[in-house]
Amino acid sequence: MALKDITLGQFFPGDTPLHRLDPRTKLLLVVLYIVALFLAKNALGYALLALALFSAILISKVGFKAVFKGLKAVLFIVIFTAFLNLFYTVGEGEPLLSFWVFHIYWEGIRTAFFMVLRIMMLISSTFLLTYTTSPIRLTDALEELLGGLKKLHVPVHELSMMMSIALRFIPTLIEETDKIMSAQKARGADFDSGNLIQKAKSLIPLLVPLFISAFRRADELAVAMECRCYHGGEGRTRMLVLRYALRDYVALALGFGLIAAVVGANFLGVF
Amino acid sequence: MQPIIQTEKLSHIYSPGTPFQRAALVDVDFLAYPGELLGIIGHTGSGKSTLIQHLNGLLKPTSGRVLVEGKDIWENKAATRQARFRVGLVFQYPEYQLFEETCYKDIAFGPKNMGLDEKEIDRRVRQAAAFVGLPDSALEKSPFDLSGGQKRRVAIAGVIAMEPAVLILDEPTAGLDPAGVEQIMGNILDYHRSKDATIIVISHSMEEMARRADRLVVVNDGRLPLEGTPREVFAHREELEAMGLGVPTMTDLFHRLRAMGADVDPSVYTVEQAKAAILNALARKGSTPASSDGRGAV
Repeated sequence: MALKDITLGQFFPGDTPLHRLDPRTKLLLVVLYIVALFLAKNALGYALLALALFSAILISKVGFKAVFKGLKAVLFIVIFTAFLNLFYTVGEGEPLLSFWVFHIYWEGIRTAFFMVLRIMMLISSTFLLTYTTSPIRLTDALEELLGGLKKLHVPVHELSMMMSIALRFIPTLIEETDKIMSAQKARGADFDSGNLIQKAKSLIPLLVPLFISAFRRADELAVAMECRCYHGGEGRTRMLVLRYALRDYVALALGFGLIAAVVGANFLGVF
Repeated sequence: MQPIIQTEKLSHIYSPGTPFQRAALVDVDFLAYPGELLGIIGHTGSGKSTLIQHLNGLLKPTSGRVLVEGKDIWENKAATRQARFRVGLVFQYPEYQLFEETCYKDIAFGPKNMGLDEKEIDRRVRQAAAFVGLPDSALEKSPFDLSGGQKRRVAIAGVIAMEPAVLILDEPTAGLDPAGVEQIMGNILDYHRSKDATIIVISHSMEEMARRADRLVVVNDGRLPLEGTPREVFAHREELEAMGLGVPTMTDLFHRLRAMGADVDPSVYTVEQAKAAILNALARKGSTPASSDGRGAV
């Protein structure tokens, strides 16, 4: 697999209602969704949340495949959590299964199942956010939403600028890594075989040029920014001003509606 | 003649199955013959870099085959590794891949990976350094203390030290001053002549390609629409211009002269050829007052 194929948090450009939503709305919606996930206590609540996620993925047109591909990255954590919950939840009544020190209760199966669902839906929803929102808009949204902290002298603008620069350079660095790797492979370098120490050693021809070029880039960027009189956040205006539209209010209303529905489902209490 | 590198219906698709899917090469049949100096021209994004990365097995074809010295390089792991050593590839701006403490060690990186013994490595490093005109005193210096042009020469020496039968260079003269260009091209030609190696050069400079290449291959949109001697290729001026490529200034001038009604051969691409073409045209016409114009054009 080429490094370029990594999709973790990659933006899929598009023009769907989900892409058009204000990034602040999307960020808030994800927060609301996560809150709802932790409020859900029964199958009905989870069903509602799954339905909301599925329809959002359908609307976004990024495809279920892309979302599942992202889930593969956290597969280990999901399985690990499932096992912990399965074996360490102590329920009332008799265990369903017992061997050695392990006892599996009905409650364990239930918690493990819901925990897996919860983690997968949580990750999927955040993936959906980064798939449909460009990194620049996302950091803009963060800066706006955290704007209040400026009063407490938190350098919000500087932090978000650092974040956007970091995000901006991830693809560049991946491309660079790919290029240097190819160049060293052309000289017979082998990055895949050998034991751990040999593998670590084989990274030197990759890491040294990569660090040098990263520092060079940082230097050039700093000079370029200073040439254009960048001086930080004070009095700085934006080319793209974020504005809430009707669809944002509708989306937020739906988000709160989902929380209300999940809380309601808790009282209906099935399963 | 038996080609040293051959591709059969080579296709490459980047990021298949994602919204970023893009065909970079489509059914490419590429040939390189032993001992020739082959130029590859094509504008940015035409697929030329993708093509050359297939020739030494850095990229795996989506479909099609790559043969080096008649052997499929993807037949097994050993064949792929062998292809890396038989076909040396110098990337664009190769100076950014230097990493060792001294130039000597950096040049020795390739030969070391080939599993050669110390004595042979030493011989190859010194010979490669000599090819690129690097003095012995510079061998013990850190590559990061050298000038840009010298760094590039160290990087090229790092590939030459593997003594590949085919040396591929992607824009070896990009970003150098005219003196640097001459020097690097000279080093490459030295290697070409003394080892009888096949050289494949990607370049934007039509003049340089026209002057030095035995044969030219044009890459456009993942295909190879034109190939032949510089004369044959530059005769297709309109097609080249439609692909966003120019022709050498001399060719352009003669195409224009012809369009203005002068009876000259438009396939020239060097000043010497231009002189011959004009003298030819004048001889055909007989001595007329036009001769003074002709000399002016030379």
